[in-house]
Amino acid sequence: MLTQEEKLRMFYSMYLIRRFEESAEELYMAGKIWGTFHLYIGEEAVAVGACSALHPDDYITSTHRGHGHCLAKGADVKRMMAELMGKRTGYCLGLGGSMHIADVEKGNLGATGIVGSGIPIAVGAALGCKMQKNGKVVLCFFGDGAMNTGAFHEAVNLAAVLKLPVIFLCENNFYAMSFSVKKAFGIQDIAERAAGYGMPGVIVDGMDVLAVYEGVSEAVRRARNNGGPTLIEAKTYRFKGHSKSDKNVYRTKEEIKMWMERCPIKRLENHLLQEGIEAKVLDALKEKAEQEIQEAVRFGMESEELTLEEARRLVYAD
Amino acid sequence: MPTKTVTYAEAIREALREEMRKDPGVFLIGEDIGLYGGAFGVTQGLLEEFGEERVIDTPISESAIAGAAIGAALVGMRPVAEIMFCDFLTLCADQIVNQGAKMRFMFGGKAKVPFVLRTPMGSGTGAAGHHSGSLESWFTHIPGLKVVAPATPRDAKGLLKSAIQDNNPVLFFEHKLLYRTKDAIPEEEYYLPLGKGEIKREGRDITIIAYSIMVMRSLEAAKILAQESIEVEVIDLRSLRPLDEELMLQSVKKTNRAVVVYEPPQFGAFGAEMVSLLMEKAFDDLDAPVLRLGGEEMPPPYNPNLERRLVPQVEDIVNIVKQVLQ
Repeated sequence: MLTQEEKLRMFYSMYLIRRFEESAEELYMAGKIWGTFHLYIGEEAVAVGACSALHPDDYITSTHRGHGHCLAKGADVKRMMAELMGKRTGYCLGLGGSMHIADVEKGNLGATGIVGSGIPIAVGAALGCKMQKNGKVVLCFFGDGAMNTGAFHEAVNLAAVLKLPVIFLCENNFYAMSFSVKKAFGIQDIAERAAGYGMPGVIVDGMDVLAVYEGVSEAVRRARNNGGPTLIEAKTYRFKGHSKSDKNVYRTKEEIKMWMERCPIKRLENHLLQEGIEAKVLDALKEKAEQEIQEAVRFGMESEELTLEEARRLVYAD
Repeated sequence: MPTKTVTYAEAIREALREEMRKDPGVFLIGEDIGLYGGAFGVTQGLLEEFGEERVIDTPISESAIAGAAIGAALVGMRPVAEIMFCDFLTLCADQIVNQGAKMRFMFGGKAKVPFVLRTPMGSGTGAAGHHSGSLESWFTHIPGLKVVAPATPRDAKGLLKSAIQDNNPVLFFEHKLLYRTKDAIPEEEYYLPLGKGEIKREGRDITIIAYSIMVMRSLEAAKILAQESIEVEVIDLRSLRPLDEELMLQSVKKTNRAVVVYEPPQFGAFGAEMVSLLMEKAFDDLDAPVLRLGGEEMPPPYNPNLERRLVPQVEDIVNIVKQVLQ
């Protein structure tokens, strides 16, 4: 059972992700962040529910839509924002940007810009953990699109036959860029595929942080007790487009509206209010998140950039 | 120093065994490397000594093998992956090129990805289009990777041991026709640094720059040319990235002429880059244009006579040396 304190921490984390993404979008429109990025707005319950089920020293691998994963795993907002701004104070010294944020020491093995490509790496990390007998598990985030790459098949099968401590968490937001899962899969539920690999397949409501937490917790227990991997399908939705270039021509307004009414943050907020938490407690948390974001923006803006000479020295390790 | 005679394959096996005994973080992963002992027998006997936990046979899943090596390296292991033929590197190129090579840089220098990917290369076995390639050039073009291609058992052992201890991804290309070649190697443990070439034969008239099996063919050519009083210096690069530029430049300063010999198709290969490098850095030392001798511009043919013509042979090397000296 989650304590109220833990639920409040989840609420804070989800709200922080939402505001981080909204600020990032504003900064992008204002020309303070360039390139592109993929907003996590709408999917916050998945990252927060899943990472809450981990120990702090467990590992995750992330995706191109990874800001939420990083923050849920405990990333520092300032260094995240600085990375999006391409500054030397960022997690990757401004060399990785939105799609490659990593914090290996804290267990974030990094995001990837190649769909599906992080799955074999998560499996390798799980193999390392098993060999080191360190009791750690690896939580591997990916989207529905990744499930149709060859890397998914190879890696998931290898994890199954080697019985590795890894949790495959598919964030099914129903579209691989513009391509609907209805067109991309010949099965009703993505989780059905687990049977073909000989592992449990679980569906969770990705708009309900508590359901995600429960589902992932059970998979983590199984992985930690040498029970091997689990495939979890979290059905969720991104409220924004795929990336900054998306004109949203492949989804209807009605569909988007329907999902936005199921906002995971509102849902947890209502749950907490029903449990007797006072509104002012939640307001205070929102205010705290707001301050954290503003501080991060200031920090990023004031930070310096890396020089070419410094960058050159980072290609190879000594 | 006492020596012993071993084959190229045995030398590689010794390097693996010694490093596995030394560091529990070193493990092997690949297809048919356990009981079967590897497609070319290189890992024979290692399963018996180190068990299934450290000699991991996998399904036919190159992308998963390479990815597993990268992921395990990220969390502190030192994997040595085997890709059965270098032609199959195309199946895991994403993991090597987009992940393994770039990770350290993309993550701001905070990740270390120490893994070795061993793979047999080259033609001459009648294996035709999908099992005879030499793809080492491709990977020299990727910042973040190291690329090694030894020509002798002594070099293979010393370089592989260094590659395993290196903190970067290293692609280790083993030539199939060299596996059974023999050489005296030190009885005692030794390491050879990556990025250091070696003069395999000294000469004053012309420098041949080569690596892997082309070193051996160049040495044969040099013997023939010596009968005509042409003294050839043969440089074995051993490691393509990092590259021993200094050794090449010093040699050309002495001989004033150079030929670059390599197995991949001539156009756009690593050897072409060596020609360019000598033009930039040794132009004033040169008495003749630097020529290159690479492979034919065709996929590896099955017919044995055609296959032989695919890549430089001893007589081709003799001819191109004479051409430069004319």
